[in-house]
Amino acid sequence: MVSYLIKRIGLGAVIVVIAVSMLYGMIHMVPGDPLSVMLGPRATPEMKQELNIRLGLDKPFVVQLFRYFTSAMKGDLGSDVISRRAVTTIVFEQLPYTFTLILTGIGWAVLLGVPLGCYSAINRNSVFDKIAGIFSVGTIAIPSFVVAVYSLLIFSVTLGWLPAIGAGDDGDFISQFTHILMPALAIGLGWVGYLARLVRASMLEVLGENHIRTMRAFGLSDRLVIFKYALRLAILPTIALLGVGIGFLLSASVFTEIVFARPGIGKLIFESVIQRNYPVVMGCVLITTVIFVISTTLSDILTVILDPRIRENL
Amino acid sequence: MSLDNANILEIRDLSIDYITNRGRLKALRNASLSVRKNRIVGVVGESGCGKSTLIFAIMNLLAENAEINHGTIDFEGQDLLKLSQNEMRKLRGGRISMVFQDPMTSLNPVFSVGEQMVDIQHREKLSKKEKQLRAVNMLAKVGIPDPEKRLKNFPDQFSGGMRQRISIAMALMAEPSLLIADEPTTALDATLEIQIVNRLRKLQADFKCSILFVSHHLGLIADICDDVVVMYAGEVVEEGSVRDIFHRAGHPYTQALLECDPARISEEVTELPTIPGEIPDLANLPEGCIFRNRCSQASEICEKEAPHRLEIESGHFVSCHKHNLEANND
Amino acid sequence: MATNGFKNYSIKFSWLSQTWARLKNDKMGLLGFVLVITVVLVAIFAHFLAPYDPNMINISHRLQAPSLVHLLGTDHLGRDTLSRVIVGSRIALKVAMISISLAMSGGLILGLLAGYGPAWLDRIMILIFDTVRSFPTVMFALALVTMLGPSLNTIIIVVVITSIPMYGRIVRAQTLSLKNKEFIWAERSTGAGMVRILAVHMLPNVIGPLLIIASMDVPVVVTIEAGLSFLGVGVRPPAPSWGSILNDGYAYIRNTTWIAIAGGVPLILTTVGFTFLGESLRDIFDPKLQKDI
Repeated sequence: MVSYLIKRIGLGAVIVVIAVSMLYGMIHMVPGDPLSVMLGPRATPEMKQELNIRLGLDKPFVVQLFRYFTSAMKGDLGSDVISRRAVTTIVFEQLPYTFTLILTGIGWAVLLGVPLGCYSAINRNSVFDKIAGIFSVGTIAIPSFVVAVYSLLIFSVTLGWLPAIGAGDDGDFISQFTHILMPALAIGLGWVGYLARLVRASMLEVLGENHIRTMRAFGLSDRLVIFKYALRLAILPTIALLGVGIGFLLSASVFTEIVFARPGIGKLIFESVIQRNYPVVMGCVLITTVIFVISTTLSDILTVILDPRIRENL
Repeated sequence: MSLDNANILEIRDLSIDYITNRGRLKALRNASLSVRKNRIVGVVGESGCGKSTLIFAIMNLLAENAEINHGTIDFEGQDLLKLSQNEMRKLRGGRISMVFQDPMTSLNPVFSVGEQMVDIQHREKLSKKEKQLRAVNMLAKVGIPDPEKRLKNFPDQFSGGMRQRISIAMALMAEPSLLIADEPTTALDATLEIQIVNRLRKLQADFKCSILFVSHHLGLIADICDDVVVMYAGEVVEEGSVRDIFHRAGHPYTQALLECDPARISEEVTELPTIPGEIPDLANLPEGCIFRNRCSQASEICEKEAPHRLEIESGHFVSCHKHNLEANND
Repeated sequence: MATNGFKNYSIKFSWLSQTWARLKNDKMGLLGFVLVITVVLVAIFAHFLAPYDPNMINISHRLQAPSLVHLLGTDHLGRDTLSRVIVGSRIALKVAMISISLAMSGGLILGLLAGYGPAWLDRIMILIFDTVRSFPTVMFALALVTMLGPSLNTIIIVVVITSIPMYGRIVRAQTLSLKNKEFIWAERSTGAGMVRILAVHMLPNVIGPLLIIASMDVPVVVTIEAGLSFLGVGVRPPAPSWGSILNDGYAYIRNTTWIAIAGGVPLILTTVGFTFLGESLRDIFDPKLQKDI
């Protein structure tokens, strides 16, 4: 078990290293001198000089990469070209807002999607199942920014039920709640469908297995058979999926935060692109990539911990 | 037909079809058998003879595409086929329980053995600790060493033989009147087979239940059973006590089976005998006797008419024209 | 040889008609098919269908509601929304076609190499695939836009880079499973080179699953393009990408809802259509084929 953990975390670390190297490498492969690419057109000569010294751009690539890594691990991802504040600080300031959004989005996707999938599996080929199926596949396809704009159109502009802009007032739960409803819908809707379909397929498979028949043969109620014995097995693939979901939601959060003018990483990176505040852009990409790797690593590990078949045989 | 009080289970004229895209498979036709109290009844036949359909019908665990045409399944005075799902559920794992064929897949892998054994006692009004104690006792009775500690283990941590013992323990825990064992030892190797079957026989004596023991292994049937039912291609062809069947087999199929059993062959042969021909297609049944195309003793009437069930001696039933003719000739 | 060709043709024909029959039965798949055909036809005949020049500015007629003259109204620069939407289909499908073809080819080559080549190469490929997959797509796209500047080409590069791992893995999986089949061993024993084996045996078996995945990929690509254009970092204005139209609609949402509807609805119909069709095809050909995330 421990050796698996070490291997899996090690793999995650290797991927982060390769990812960062790739990013850094791309900076150099792109037309234009690396300093301009990294700092953008707003950079002053002093900033360029400082970066030059820090990374040693006359030195071989590997040395530069190494220095980039060591700075990054110390928490130094450079400075914002406009405000001169540390990129790391700026990014971590915005992170909690995005996290709230993502967790809310996943939360309601799970709360709606899992039961939907379960009931579809139990009532296979019924009218409910068919409608749920169309709904699921349909919502997977619809882009999140379209949902964002349309929910804004319907609930805010036309009906006036929900506020359109911002994250709500600090400390006021109701305000924050009403402000997060639509963004969470936009972000989570596609995943309701995804989870529903996955749970449905998984449930159908498990329900056909022999051990379920055994439990039925002992007269256990349907409720117990399905929601305890079948669901525990059927839910396992979902956990692995949630790790990947975080990555998707990070992307979707860009659109959602912009449409609803919410604070967060998405808004930050977008504004930085527009402002040509390149160090912040790079910092965002790096940090979100690391978050993605961490979340997939965690969900893989969690799957192993929760499944005795794998756990005991490691 | 009056209900014989010594019969726990009486199946009469049960016919079941499966609806498939190949057509209607007549998997079980007019099957009848009885199980008396405290007796072990063996059901023997090749794959596809309908034995699984028969026993799953008892517990109402048939597949969705199964259709029951007609027949009755009398269990302790009730016709099981007339019961609702809820009423049937009350009997499952209570008065009737089952041991399944494949020990590697019949236990839920993500729950501990202890938890599953506690859950199946859902009818008992006992505390969780008491249920666990019962489980431990049962595990000890089936020969699982160190049962208290092993309650927490997961099925994957037991060997196939042990898992089957656990299944037997689970089935007997509710003290059923009828235990159905669906080829419980087929997936295990020979030495394990003997151990488990012996233990089963001992447990049956202790718990005083009837057992319906399905197998294709003749030696096992001869060893453990009191009565035997022989099935072929969806029909019951012969029924009787172990002595009747093994010493005075009335149906040509039974006789052929016995001749082909390697354990009974005393001389050295270069080739093992088999029954020539193939099982008929259940979607396209031929007329007349189901066995005639493989029967060495078939005559003209076998092609035209299906034989009736005849009692050739007390408690010994055969469906074969041979005995009709003999009776007529007397 | 001629008879061989004829036999292959007639086999393909019956396979095609069988597929069509099964597709017709599946309501969702049929709907998807209809939607896809509609979008493709609109894109092909866009310049005939569009009543006006999509880029013709007419400030005096700005932000008009739908009327008989302008079926979907006009936008903030007086341009006919319907014409923009119709021409926008070309952008969506063009980006999809180009980038998917490139990504598929790239994935094919890399996947074949990974599957059929030596183990160390395989491991490196997998690692690279996994790494590219861990970039959140939009973040990565924005980084690339930063480095390369916003343009259609940048979008294509983004899509290609982030899609190749998906195709590569499918191809690799198929290649690995075929690698050990007996007929390959037979070929190798006759001294056939790797190229021949790859081309003659691996390729035909791999194309099927690949095409199904590609059709399910179209909505993803269209979404990325539309999304980036929505943000203003995609195709350069005044190109009428649906994403740009939606963005205009968002900006002027309190003036008129029609622009937003015009931008979003074709997007939804296209993505939903391709997804339904792809799912249906997948069910028909290989229900076990899971879309690689």
